[in-house]
Amino acid sequence: MKTTGTGNAEQETERAAADRSEPVEPGPEEHAAWMRAVAQERSKVAFARLFDHFAPRIKAYLVRSGSDMGAAEELVQEAMLIVWRRAESFDRAQASVATWMFTIARNKRIDAYRRMSRPELDPDDPALAPQPEPMQDDSVGADETAQAIRTAIADLPEEQAEMLRLAFYEDLAHSEIAEKTGLPLGTVKSRLRLAIGKMRGLVDDDLR
Amino acid sequence: MAATQSDNRKSANVDREAPGAAPTHHLSEELLLDYAAGVTDEAVGVLIATHLTLCPVCRARADQLDALGGVMMDRLTPSPLSEDAFDRLMARLDADAPGDDAPLRHDIDMRAPGGGRDGRGGDDDALMSGGGASDAVLPRVLQRYVPARVEDIDWTPIGLGVRRFDLSITGRSRATMLYVPAGRAVPQHTHEGNEYVLVLQGAFTDCCGHFGRGDVGIADSDLDHRPVAELGQDCICLAVTDGPLRLTGLLGRAFNRFVKF
Repeated sequence: MKTTGTGNAEQETERAAADRSEPVEPGPEEHAAWMRAVAQERSKVAFARLFDHFAPRIKAYLVRSGSDMGAAEELVQEAMLIVWRRAESFDRAQASVATWMFTIARNKRIDAYRRMSRPELDPDDPALAPQPEPMQDDSVGADETAQAIRTAIADLPEEQAEMLRLAFYEDLAHSEIAEKTGLPLGTVKSRLRLAIGKMRGLVDDDLR
Repeated sequence: MAATQSDNRKSANVDREAPGAAPTHHLSEELLLDYAAGVTDEAVGVLIATHLTLCPVCRARADQLDALGGVMMDRLTPSPLSEDAFDRLMARLDADAPGDDAPLRHDIDMRAPGGGRDGRGGDDDALMSGGGASDAVLPRVLQRYVPARVEDIDWTPIGLGVRRFDLSITGRSRATMLYVPAGRAVPQHTHEGNEYVLVLQGAFTDCCGHFGRGDVGIADSDLDHRPVAELGQDCICLAVTDGPLRLTGLLGRAFNRFVKF
């Protein structure tokens, strides 16, 4: 779905899309191909496509979590700059493009609104405990995991889906969700645990 | 302890010559979700990231929650950007000289200095040679807040050989390193909020069981406990509280004056 776009970039994107005569909405395969083109060829056309798809979603995410429009626009710019600069560090085996975009947007939000950088493990840390062999199965990619998750949350009961939305979009910790909804903390916890348990169950079924 | 019955399950440990068993006390779903959503305090985040360094199981769970975040963001109704957003971005991108416009801290932290996974820098070598096993006590995410070598930490004695070091950190939650000599007890206490204790060296036992390197003990205000460092090695922990700690018991009351969580 094309959202907005401007000038040449949009025309080029449209033209390229027409060439491939694929009317369907681009999926994880295409996203990953665009990332590769940005990383390896510094392709601005591919970058424009990533922008078309993800920038409006990053903005929606930031607005939902409390940014005003102006701040959200600026943070989108900064997030997409990181995408451009760090494209070659994207590892498809580890995360789908959508996951990677989410982590960048989330960290931007934390930087901007909590004035701290999110503590994260260092992947090159000699202290990093290795994955046991059964978990190193590379045959199942991050895209399949994401697809399994999409399926899992598509048919969650509304009360659980709503908890997930509050947790991910609205910058609310468990205790704050309880305050906001007036639900007992135990209820918030159990609904979230059910939702995530279902997701993990489906993902693990799919992966084994 | 957990390592003994695991011959058949932990073959990965054998060829790796792992220094200890993988953690058996894990992060709660609640903590992992708050961390993935990006709402944890810095102190709690440090504890989580430290555990994730040491625990492949929770690392995989955390990756799944990031993927969930990706799916959630992708499902949002797109919010149109202003007309010139892409052109402005391209202008910035053309002006973008690497090294200009300093990137954010975790842009850098994500990648090794020098940008490769190929080699460790000279700093790392210095860090890894030298003083023996204790260099490996502190994962790098902690070394941003604490001197890299345990020997260099400026501990404050709080009595009976127990020492503490407060991390300088933003947010409501507090993070403190605790050093408890082997065989000694941490004063009996309860907490107003939650307390999370991550073992970095040695082990402790309390009413909930045995906690070794990487294990996280989670205590809420209902738990009145008295962790004891196990014999064999002095115990070093990272303790994070999101409410004041209250010491109970006779000795504990005397300690209250010193321990300001």
